[in-house]
Amino acid sequence: MQAASSESTAVFELKSGRFTLPNLRLFHTNMDQFADQLEKQVNMAPAFFQNTPVVIDLSQLSGQSTDVDFALLVGLMRGQGMIPIGIRGGTQRQQELAELMELAILSEQQKNEPSKPGASKARIDKKPAANASAALKPQNSKLVSQPVRSGQRVYASGGDLVITAQVSSGAEVIADGNIHVYGTLRGRALAGVKGNRNARVFCHNLQAELISIAGQYRVNESLTEDQMNRPVQISLSGKKLEIQPL
Amino acid sequence: MARIIVVTSGKGGVGKTTTSAALAMGLAQKGSRVAVIDFDVGLRNLDLIMGCERRVVYDFVNVINAEANLNQALIRDKREQNLYILPASQTRDKDALTIEGVGKVLDELSKSFDYIVCDSPAGIERGATMAMYFADDAIVVTNPEVSSVRDSDRMLGILASKSRRAEQGLEPIREYLLLTRYAAERVSKGEMLSVDDVQEILSLDLLGVIPESQAVLNASNSGNPVIMDDDSDAGQAYTDVVSRYLGEDLPHRFLDVRKKGLFVRLFGGQR
Repeated sequence: MQAASSESTAVFELKSGRFTLPNLRLFHTNMDQFADQLEKQVNMAPAFFQNTPVVIDLSQLSGQSTDVDFALLVGLMRGQGMIPIGIRGGTQRQQELAELMELAILSEQQKNEPSKPGASKARIDKKPAANASAALKPQNSKLVSQPVRSGQRVYASGGDLVITAQVSSGAEVIADGNIHVYGTLRGRALAGVKGNRNARVFCHNLQAELISIAGQYRVNESLTEDQMNRPVQISLSGKKLEIQPL
Repeated sequence: MARIIVVTSGKGGVGKTTTSAALAMGLAQKGSRVAVIDFDVGLRNLDLIMGCERRVVYDFVNVINAEANLNQALIRDKREQNLYILPASQTRDKDALTIEGVGKVLDELSKSFDYIVCDSPAGIERGATMAMYFADDAIVVTNPEVSSVRDSDRMLGILASKSRRAEQGLEPIREYLLLTRYAAERVSKGEMLSVDDVQEILSLDLLGVIPESQAVLNASNSGNPVIMDDDSDAGQAYTDVVSRYLGEDLPHRFLDVRKKGLFVRLFGGQR
C-alpha cells in the first residue's frame, strides 16, 4: 500500500537506457564538400535520416587542431532532417566550440571498434571522399556470436546481420540488409525490412518458423522436405521467395 | 563470497524445487555451508520438500521488510548442520520482492555461506527474474518435451540479458542443463525427446539426467530430499549432478532402457 502511494506522488523516475546511434565520422572540415556528400547520402534513404539523432565523431579528423564550424555543420545536418545531439572525440578546444552550440560531449569509451588507427589512416590518405561512405557502412552490420533465444529480437539497422550461433524457435532476427545464420535457424528471419528486395537470407540449417524478404514471406508449413534441414540461401524473385541449396 | 546458484526453468512442475532441495542437501553433505532460498512467494513449497514446514516462524519477505533479521528467519536443517533454509512468505505476493531487498539479503548471506541456492518460481515474471538477477550459475531444469524446452530457451534468453552480470557487463552467468523426469523407455519409443535432441535445441552443457522415478514423490511426501535416498536411481543421479557441478567428470547414467533381469532373459521373450 505504502509503496503504491509513494509511486503515485512521484512525477518521474530516472532510468538508464541504451541506444545505438549513427555516428557521423568527420574526416576534414571542408564544409562545401561535406554538404555535397551529405545530400547524396541522405537522398539514398531520405526516410531513414528524418529526425534521426546523430553523433558527430571527431576522432578521425585530419589536422586535429583545426577549428570546426559547428554552427554551419549543425545547420547542414538539420537541413537534411538529422538531429545532431553531441560529439565524441576531438580536442579540448573543439569540445568547447561544440558546447557553445549546445552539443553534448560523449565519452570516448567504446574502443571495441575493429578498425585500428593505423589502418584507417592509411585508407584516408588514399581517397578521403570515397572512404567516408565506406567507413559509415560497415558499422551498421551486426555480429552476434551468442545463441538468439526464444523471445529475443535482434535488429541490424541499415545493414547485414551475421549470427554465428543458432536462432531458437520463438526468436526473431531482423535486418535492413542480408541475414546470415551460421547455425540452425529455427526462429523467424526477416531480411530487407525497409524494402530492400535484393536482400537475402543465408543459413546453415533451415528449420525457420517464417522467412521474409522485403515483406514477402513464407511460413514453415509451406517449406518442403528437400528445402529443410540443410544449408540454403533464400532470395526474392518477383513476388516469390526462392530457396536454393548451398 | 558465496556462489549464487539459481534453479530455474520457465515452465512449472518440471522439478525446480526437488532439484533445489537435492542440490542444497548434496552440497551440504560435501561439507559446504549452504543456504537455500524459496523465491516462490505466495506458493511456497520448499519447506515441505525440505521437511521443515512445522518450524517456519519468519520468512524471506519479513527479512526484506526488516521485520525480522536473517538469523531469526533461517531454519537450520536437522540432518545437515551446514544447511539452512530461508522459506518464502505464503501470505504476500511477488511484488514484495525488490532488487534492493533481495540484494541486501544475498549480500548478508554471502558473508557466511559458500553456496546460496535460489529456488525460482515458474514463469518469467517478478519472482523468477528476482531469483535469477544476482546469480553466478544457473541450472535450467527441463523435461524432455517440446513446451518445456521452449520455455527453458526463453529463460536462457532472459538470463543472458536481464541479470546483474549482463547489465554490468561482467562475465556471463554459467548455464547448465538438467534434464529431469527422463523416461528412457518412452524416449526409445519416440514419445519423448532424447538427451541429444534437447541438447541440440538448447546447445548447453549437460549437468545431468534425472530419471522419472517413484522415489521423487516419496521423497516429497516424507520431506527428505531425494538425494538422501541412496538406493533410488533419482537419488544417485542427483549425487552425480552435485559431483559434476563441483568439477568431477562422471559419465551420464540412466540414459538407456534398463536391461531386463536375468530371469526374463533366460526364460522370457523371443530371441
